[in-house]
Amino acid sequence: MIPSQVELREALVKKQGEEVVSKLEKATVAICGCGGLGSNIAVNLARAGVGKLILIDFDCVDITNLQRQQYKANQVGLPKAEALASNLKEIAPYLEIETHVARIGEDNAISLVGEADVVCEAFDDAEAKALLTNMVLEFNGGQPAEKQKYLVAASGMAGFGSANDIKTRRVTKRFYLCGDGVNDVDKCFGLLAPRVMACAAHQALTVIRLICGMEE
Amino acid sequence: MIKVNGIDIEADGTVFAGKSVADYLATTNYDCKRIAVELNEDIVPKAKYAETLLKDGDSVEVVSFVGGG
Repeated sequence: MIPSQVELREALVKKQGEEVVSKLEKATVAICGCGGLGSNIAVNLARAGVGKLILIDFDCVDITNLQRQQYKANQVGLPKAEALASNLKEIAPYLEIETHVARIGEDNAISLVGEADVVCEAFDDAEAKALLTNMVLEFNGGQPAEKQKYLVAASGMAGFGSANDIKTRRVTKRFYLCGDGVNDVDKCFGLLAPRVMACAAHQALTVIRLICGMEE
Repeated sequence: MIKVNGIDIEADGTVFAGKSVADYLATTNYDCKRIAVELNEDIVPKAKYAETLLKDGDSVEVVSFVGGG
């Protein structure tokens, strides 16, 4: 039997405290890219009790994704944003989810991330990462402080190097960057679940900390 | 002194004060499609690299993304 919303909230308060739970349940986070980074960030945030997730990905689940992404073998071929939403609902049935099966570009980035308080850049393509980063930070430039969004991006998690090389860095007040900063998937063979998940965990923790007002 | 990613880029005597962000980037190997540039904690819009001039005391951060996710 699925626990009630009240029971699940009480359980969260036991582990995270009333103040944190209260802040997280009011927050909206956009996950841009639902692959190795995004699907793992989303699972972490759903478990932590974030109120609303906006899932954005144009792609479908591929058999090569199963090795590190939060999908099941019977979901191969389904749109990632929708498959992930379905998996998150099993974990956190009262989570509010908005899905967009869409490719993020200059024309739609800001409208897709909508009212999100925090935007997670979770793409695999370096140019897409830079594009979203520039779009969100340029958007902030024209907004009063209370309307500005935090951006939590990732760069460098390929290969077989130590997870200890993966770090979170505050670049500016609204821009945080996770990863080893170096290991490019195009130059460094391998994408391993634990290393990608370590980077996703850095991003998810940074999101939670920022929502709770803990800046680096 | 003008710092980029914490390093003084004028340490070798090259003067960047009065030159633009685009001028500085042209002296580097950065791929402009993969970067975000912050000047004193604010993003430099992509369209303003050529008109944003550097001055003494500036602190620049160039974030260069690598692929994978």
